[in-house]
Parts: sequence; C-alpha cells; structure tokens
Amino acid sequence: MLIPISWLKEYVDVELPVEELAELLTIAGLEVQGIDYIGIPGGNDPNRLIWDRELLVIGQILKVEQHPNADRLVLATVDYGREEDEVVVTGAPNLFGFVGQGDLSSRHILTPFAMEGATVYDGHKEGQVKMKLKGKALRGIYNRCMVCSAKELGLGEDHEGIMLFTAADLNLEALAPGTPLQDVFGDAVLDIEIIPNIARCASIIGVAREVAALTEQAVRYPSYEVHMDGPPVEGKVKITTDNPELNPRFTALVIEGVEHRPSPLWMQRRIEMAGQRPINVIVDISNYVMLEMGQPNHTFDYDYMRGRADRYDPDGPVHIITRLAHEGETLITLDGSEREMPDYTILVTDPQGNLSVGGIMGGQNSEINGSTTNVLLEAAAWNFINIRRSSHALKLNTEAGFRFSRGVHPSQAVLGARRAAELMRIYAGGTVNNGIIDYYPAPPDPAVIEIDLPYIHRWSGLDLSAEHCADLLRRLEFEVEVSGDHLVVSAPDHRLDIEGKHDVVEEICRVYGFDKLPSTDMSDVLPPQRGNEELDREEMVKDLLVRLGLQEVITYRLTTPERESKLITSGTPDDRPYITLANAISVDRVAMRHSLLASVAEVAADNSRHADRIALFETGLVYVLGEEGVLPDELPRLALLLNGQRNFEAWQDGNAPGSLDFYDLKGIIESLVEEFHISGFRVEVGEHPSFRPGRTARLWINETHLGWMGELHPLAVEALNFYTEDPVLAAEMDLGLLMRKMRPAIKFTPIMNYPAVNEDLAVIVDKSITAAAVKETIEKAGGFLLQKVTLFDVYEGDPIAAHQRSLAYHLSFQSPSKTLKDRDVAKLRQKIIGQLERRLGAKLRG
Amino acid sequence: MIEQVDQLYQEALSNLKTAESSEALTSWYRNTLGTKGNIQLLTRQIGQLTKEERPAFGKRINEVKQALQEALDARTAEVKAVELEAEIAGGAIDVTLPGRRRANGRLHVATKTLREIYAIWADMGFQIYRSRDVETDEYNFELLNIPQHHPARDMWDTFHTTTPSVILRTHTSPGQIHAMREYYPEPIRVILPGMCYRYEQITARSEIQFHQIEGLAVGRDITFTDLKGTLTSFARRMFGQERKVRFRANYFPFTEPSAEMDVECILCNGSGCNVCKHTGWLEILGCGMVHPTVLKNGGYDPEEYSGFAFGMGPERIAMLKYGIDDIRYFWSNDLRFLEQF
Repeated sequence: MLIPISWLKEYVDVELPVEELAELLTIAGLEVQGIDYIGIPGGNDPNRLIWDRELLVIGQILKVEQHPNADRLVLATVDYGREEDEVVVTGAPNLFGFVGQGDLSSRHILTPFAMEGATVYDGHKEGQVKMKLKGKALRGIYNRCMVCSAKELGLGEDHEGIMLFTAADLNLEALAPGTPLQDVFGDAVLDIEIIPNIARCASIIGVAREVAALTEQAVRYPSYEVHMDGPPVEGKVKITTDNPELNPRFTALVIEGVEHRPSPLWMQRRIEMAGQRPINVIVDISNYVMLEMGQPNHTFDYDYMRGRADRYDPDGPVHIITRLAHEGETLITLDGSEREMPDYTILVTDPQGNLSVGGIMGGQNSEINGSTTNVLLEAAAWNFINIRRSSHALKLNTEAGFRFSRGVHPSQAVLGARRAAELMRIYAGGTVNNGIIDYYPAPPDPAVIEIDLPYIHRWSGLDLSAEHCADLLRRLEFEVEVSGDHLVVSAPDHRLDIEGKHDVVEEICRVYGFDKLPSTDMSDVLPPQRGNEELDREEMVKDLLVRLGLQEVITYRLTTPERESKLITSGTPDDRPYITLANAISVDRVAMRHSLLASVAEVAADNSRHADRIALFETGLVYVLGEEGVLPDELPRLALLLNGQRNFEAWQDGNAPGSLDFYDLKGIIESLVEEFHISGFRVEVGEHPSFRPGRTARLWINETHLGWMGELHPLAVEALNFYTEDPVLAAEMDLGLLMRKMRPAIKFTPIMNYPAVNEDLAVIVDKSITAAAVKETIEKAGGFLLQKVTLFDVYEGDPIAAHQRSLAYHLSFQSPSKTLKDRDVAKLRQKIIGQLERRLGAKLRG
Repeated sequence: MIEQVDQLYQEALSNLKTAESSEALTSWYRNTLGTKGNIQLLTRQIGQLTKEERPAFGKRINEVKQALQEALDARTAEVKAVELEAEIAGGAIDVTLPGRRRANGRLHVATKTLREIYAIWADMGFQIYRSRDVETDEYNFELLNIPQHHPARDMWDTFHTTTPSVILRTHTSPGQIHAMREYYPEPIRVILPGMCYRYEQITARSEIQFHQIEGLAVGRDITFTDLKGTLTSFARRMFGQERKVRFRANYFPFTEPSAEMDVECILCNGSGCNVCKHTGWLEILGCGMVHPTVLKNGGYDPEEYSGFAFGMGPERIAMLKYGIDDIRYFWSNDLRFLEQF
C-alpha cells in the first residue's frame, strides 16, 4: 500500500521526519518496505530528481504571444515571484490557445517554472535522463527559463504539454508565484506491506489511525455528509440476497447527471502517488474513496440496469440480487474475458442475469461508459474467506478483491458509499437522489472483550495500571470501561480482527511500542531435560564419517521414480507406491524419494565433471508408504559414495595416488561398526541390481538386514552420467537400525600386562573359500587366548594353483592371567591349522 | 718399560687427533685401549718387571689408560658433533614443498549452521524435537489456527500430495502440536529443526526445500518480555554481543502478539548496504506468543499456561553470514561450494 505523506497529513499531523515515521510504523507492524521521495531530498537513488528550491518554483502565466520568427513557438510571460517577469520561449501546444487572449493574470493560470541552472529530466528522451537547463537563443530570442511538463519534473509520463493548473485544482485557495515547487508537489510516499491481519490499514485513513495512536492524537475524519438534492431514491432500487452470511450488507445510491471529465489535479496526483492511473472523474472518485478509507465501491450504469428492469418488472424498481453462481454460469468481467464461476462464488445479479463478481470485479455489461449519465453506486460487505477462495479460483487480483479477501468491516460500506456520492456531486456535477438503500441483513456482533489486569501481565510481561492499558487502547479508538483490575473493551467498528483477549494484549503491546517493552529472562521452571538420543547418534555418525574424510551432502528429498530407477539396472527393488505431489512445480521433483543413494549418486555424478576425488555421505529420510494409513513411514538412511583418487595428488607419490576401491568403502563401514561398538555385523556375498555382480555385499547385523554395499553396476554408472574411469563405490544402509545397535555404554576391559606372543600363519585355500570363513575358523579354533587376527597378505599366482590363493595372518596370543609359554601357543597353532585343514581344506603354506 | 708406556701414550694421543670419524675412533680404540690394543698388550708384560718396578709401572699405565679414555671421550664428542653437523647439513629439505595432505571430510554448511543454533539453544535449556516431513493438513494448518481458505494460507505455498489432506510440511510448526501433545502437562522448551517444503520456483532467492528451526517454550509464567529477552540473548550470541536487535509487530496465525526480529546488518553494521536493502537491518526470525487456540489444541489451557514460539531459516542465516548470494548452492552440493566451509 502506497501512502503519500501529503495525503496522510489530511487526517493526522505528521511532525516526525519521514524516516522516523517509517520506523515507528514498521515497529508497530506496518512495515515500510521503501520510501519514494518526489522532488524533495531523501533516499539513496542517485538518479532521482531533487527540485532546487530556488530554481524550480511556481510561475503564473500572464500573457502568451506568438513567436515573431516561428509558427510553432510562443512567448509566455511568466510571473515567478521575482521583481521582473520572465518571457519564456516554448513550444508547449497547450499554450497556443492563449495567444491573442491578452492579459491572463486574472485567470491565475499556474505552471511549474524552471530557471537556468535547474536540473530537470529531459522531456525528449526515453525514461528519466537528467539535464541541466542552459540559456540559448531560440529563433532569435534568447531564452533562459522553461515552463515544465509532468515528465520533466518526474511527475508522470506526459510530455504533450506543460502542466497548467489553478490553485483550486490543487484544492488551495491561493498559490503565490515563486513558491518553491517542493512545497507544492514535493512528497514522500511510504510503501507499506499489508500483512493479513492489518487489512484495516489498506487505506490512507487506516494508516492515519495508526499514526494517530502512536503519536497520541485524534484522526481528522472526512465528512460523510451527502447533499441529496435529487428526487427520492425510494422505489428505484431494491436489494435482496440469498446468502446474508456471505454478503452481510449492500448499500446503494443513485447519482444523476454526472459528467465525464478529468478529475481535479489534486485527486489525480493522489491516485497516481498511490499507484493507480487516473481515468476520469467517476472512476477516479471510486478509486479515491477506496484508497482513502478502504471501502471498495462499484459504479453501475443506472440506465442500463433500468433497461433490464423494464424487461423483468416495468413498474418496479431495479432489483439487485446477490446469490451464488449457478453450475456452469459464466460472466464477462470488465477486463473483457468470459469466466466460468465456481458454485461458491457470490455474484451481483438481477432477475435477467448476472452483473458482477461480488467484491472482486465488475461485469462488462453493466459497466459505466462514456455515455453514462446516471450512476448506481454501491458499496457492500463480503465474507473475506469466500472472497479469497473465489479470487484464487478465478485468478483475479483486484484492489477490491485484495481488501475484501482480507476483511472490510460492514460498518464501512455506507460510509464509503456516502463519501463517493458526495465527491461525485462536487466533482462530477451529479445530483444525488435523496436517500440511501441500505440492505443490512447480517450485522456482525460487536466485539466486546473482558480482560483482567493479571491476564495482561501474565501474557505481556508488562506491569501497567488498568488505566494505562485503557489509555493505550483508546488511542486506537477502542472503548474501554475500567473497574478495578477489570477492563471491558469494545473494538471500534472498523475492526474485524479483535476476537479475544490475546488480540487486546497485542494492541496494548503494539501501542506501548515493541521497542519500549523490557527484555526479561525466563523465570519459568526448567522442563525435564531428556536430550534427543536419536539426533545425537545421527550426529555422531556424521562426525565419524567426516573424520574419515567424507564430505556431507544434503540432497533434494523430492525426485522422480525415473531418476531413481537410473540406479537400478534391472527389475524394481521397491514397488511400494511413492508419495506423489498433486501440484509438482517441476517435472523433475514430483515424488518423495525412496532411495537416499540415488540422490547422492546424482550429485556425485555432477561433481565427477570437475572433482578428482569424491567421497560423500548423507544421512536422511526416505519416504515409503506403508500398508495402512495415509502418512508414509519416514525412514532414516545412510548413503556413502566413493569415486576417484584415494587421496589428493601428491608429488611424493609420483602420479599415482591410487583409486578408491571396494575395500576403501568397506574400511569406512568397518570403522563405523568399530567406533560404535556394534556387535553382530556381518558381510555376505550378495546380488543387487544396482551393484556390479561379484563386487556386491549384503550387510547384516545379526539376522537383520542392514543394507548393501559394492561397486555400482557399470550400467548404473553410465545411466547416471558419471565422468569417470574409476569404479564408483556405494552403500546404502538402514541408519535407524545402525543407531539402535550403537552401544555408547562401553564397558572397560583391563589392559593385559602379560606379554603377547605373535605368530604368522599363511594358508592356501580355494578361492571359493571366503576370507570371512577363514578368519572365523581361525578365531573359533584360537579361543579366548587369540586376541587379534590380522590379515596382512593375499597372494594369488605362481607357485600357487590357479584356483587357490594364499592368505597370511598375524596372530596375537595373550593371556590375562599368565605369561604364555611356547608350548601353549604351539598347541593352539596346531589346533587352528587342524581346523583350517578339516573345515576348509586349507594347506599350510611352507 | 715406563718409557715405552709414555711413547705409546704420545703416539696414541697423536693418532687420536687424526681420527676424523666414528669408524676411525672405533679402530683407534681397538688398537689402543681394546683387549688386543697396544696398551693392553703392554700391560700384560708387567710380569717381566721386577717386583719393585711393578707399582710405578702399574700406576703409570693406569694413568695413561685413564688419560687416553678421557681424550677419547673428548675426541668422540668432537667427532660426533662434526658428524651430526654434516648429517644435518646434508639432510636439508625444501620445506616449501607441499605437505602430504589428508582428504578432509566436512559437514554440509547447513548442518554446521544448524549445530551452531542447536548449541546456543541447548545452553538455554531447549532440547531438540523432530517431527515428520509429510504431514496432514490438520497438523500443518488447522491445529495452528489456519482454517481452510483462511487468507493466512496465502503465506505458505503448499505442496499437496495425491492423497487428500496430506501435504509436505510448509514449516516445522506442526511439531509444536506434536510436542505439546506429547509433553502435556510438563513445561516445554524445545527447538524443532527439519526440512520444509514450499511450492515455489527454484531461484537464487527461493527453494522448494529448506531447513527451518522453530522454538517453543510453554509454561505457567512465560511472557512476551521473556520472548524478547530470550531471543535477544540468542541473537547476541549468534551474531555478536554488541549487535543491535529490534522487534517489530508482525502477523502469524499461530502467535499473538507476533513479531519479527531484525538484527543490525552483519555486513554493513547498520550503515546500509545491498544485502540489507539499505535498511541497516536483517530479518532473522519470526516469533510471538503462542496463540491461545494453538495452546488449547496442544492440550494446554491458556488461562493457566502461556508460551512463546519462534522460527528461523538456517540457510538464510548462513547466506547472510558467509555472503552466499544464491540459495541453489545448498542442495546442488557442488564440492567447490561445500569445501569452502
């Protein structure tokens, strides 16, 4: 909402500098998002014109004569408040008519006057380009001053002629030549954001009320009196509604004999500064009243309406009926498009058909036009929720709809109608019929709130007297009765937003000033401290992975089934339904993901275009619709992905830092298992359509499936568009299971003081025997004295048979209670070898 | 024989002076003081002397042995020092060559910011409460005092799912209802972090998903001035103890009074810049007293209880803090972006 300060000052005094007023309003919830300065200093836009107080003043045109040497130039003699008048050479076409009319001084024709050295915008250039006025001869007559167009002053686009006006056009009794232009047209316009609960401030008077409350003064309301000199309106118009809850009030007046002409300059300026274009006096008054006091109104062509009435009731009144749209009903709105009306949209109609969309936009048929002489002016009240719903459905964003969809109190309807009618009488030459048709089937209950001082204190923290609270509220025109600690608060009749005690507390705080409220520390008891173990564990997992050199990523949780299926080379691993959007904004993001790895793989593939080493992880949710219920299971997952160089390229290693492989990934997973003391972790050879056969492992914790790891299938790597020659290693795990199996309660094991006996053992086994099986056999046979088994070499090739390999282990034996003797160890070693031979067909490597 | 001892002594001393290396010293020792060395061999000839001559010879030879040992120790120290010096001199490396770098892992900048915020609130007794991403219309809107078709719904552009009344949460506020219903009648201090979703075009300024952290405090004695004090403490710790903070009235359907908290611009210190749109202030969080209807929906009687709530966007805070000019960096996860934090 654009609020010109000069307009605001009509209803309230503004003594603060503009910036301070803006701050005051902002703190009170009317956020000033910008200030536009017109002609006066302020702001920080270097291209904005500031009118020099000495050089840009009001001039009065005394005489206009033809230029002796040019048909298209005239000489205007201008009084600009100095001793000598100035003769200006100008081509302004709207001065030509004055040539030969002699002395014009009694007509008090005024114009903006610029002297040599003044900076104005160049009227002949596109947009706003500054220029400094220099004297020069025009066809033999030296000219050093200028009379200005709106465009040259930055007051509009018009450069067809200069601005010509009288003091009366500016609503002034007199205006002396020489008055600085700043003092006449200079202004500042506040751009105030209208948040949903301050619809009452979507008008100049609405803002004036707030200024008045915050600066302790009263609003100077305009007069709502109407001079009704016409015949009685009674019997001319009848109003009924089918839906009083949606249309609680409908008022109408008839104004006869209006003339179509431009509205006065002061009104045009105000409308323009408030962001609208002046059209003609009827439309401008309609808009002006809405901008001034917030009540939208609508003008119908009365004769058109009467013409229709002659068809449905020749002797009766024009009958306006508000009702819901019929199924499939269409209406041509005044923007010329035919729209189908939803069945919950309320329409203004007559027995012949529809006329306009209630509270949103007029219809083309009944709209006033250039030949309209008699106007039916209406101002009504509408249910804001219904208006919002309709304007959304119809995609119609109008000024009226903006206000009605946020709530305009029904009390305002008749005021708006009166104000508009009176202005039409004055400025459009109309005669107002005597009387107002005021149909008010559903007045709202007055908002009366009873509140006690302790409640105010308990919610606000403010320790004020009841009288002080009452005073703060009265400044916003609330009526307050105080008895002891008890306040009975009646909201003023322009407010729809006061529903309960909390609203009263808010108004007290707002008028008191959010900036003046003290800051206190909470004195309430501290709640039981429980922590959040699930989050703690997730953060521990992240920290460990970071320590292991992985980068955390956070990816989109919205994806498409097609994108996820790139990871799958055959079949569908998860055919449960996706959570799918009904209103996706992009074809790329239509469903909540099933796979965390799929989104991590996408960002890894993107990074593979420029990164040599990729080591990523993400912890996050996947969304799987369960058997029952409408809400999905949101399951925490952990995804890991490695690709490229094992480490940074380093001069020490020559050119071969080595590529990350399966065992790098497995090492990370093993660190995770070890760090969090997870027991029962197991890796099995597996098969999965995302992973390369033969390099796929299924992960278990005891008998529960933990996830998958492996080298991504070459087809998946290709489908994902990886730029890499290296394998892509990846894992996706059930983070929930992992976190449940974490055992942060660690039990200390005493350090053994007896020396360890270290032995090496190398065995040859068939390749079909897994390393896990060998290790398990060794550990079982070695018993509790075998403290550590470390595989240190895997060898294939000569002289070992092609179907076999050699596995070499460091074994460490240690007893908690004695020094082991060679023969103790020898016995265990024999047992281990024996078991390996018997169970796995292993042979000791000589 | 004593002359022989002295002669050996003189020879040994002069030999010692020419020994320039540890090896030479070892061989000198072997030849002189070692079991087969000259001095030792001479000592064994003591038997050839008369009984009278023996004490003087013995004394002399012991003196010589001791003197030679001392000379050896001294010489050894000298040689070692020279040798060490030579070794050090030869072992110089180019310390300006790059080190052997470990690949650092890092947390995502959003996680870092979340943790920073968690830590501050944890110190003030606010624990972390998480709730679901896919929500019902009831929890996301209705229980938060935002009925169907209410104009306040314009504040959130919502992703609807194909299941009626199931949406992607537009804010973490549904967690307020979940937390209240879980903890009633205890007092509550929680923060509610989580991913939220908005039906918006992805641009430099807006994303379809973003983190939010809400806070909720409910008790029998919690006031609007407490909200102001508590959030000011948070802002000072997050953005600097000297930083100015202002509260201005605002509107949220689930709080009343509602406010917006601005912090003096951290880039221009309030003098006005492009980031703060020349206002000197940055909008950091929305807050307010929990609306009585919301308290009631959570199970708390507003005649006995009150509370405050607030919400902020960690990505926005990170953008301000690090001068990130495009929110799309966050989920594109370009390593060249992530590795800067």
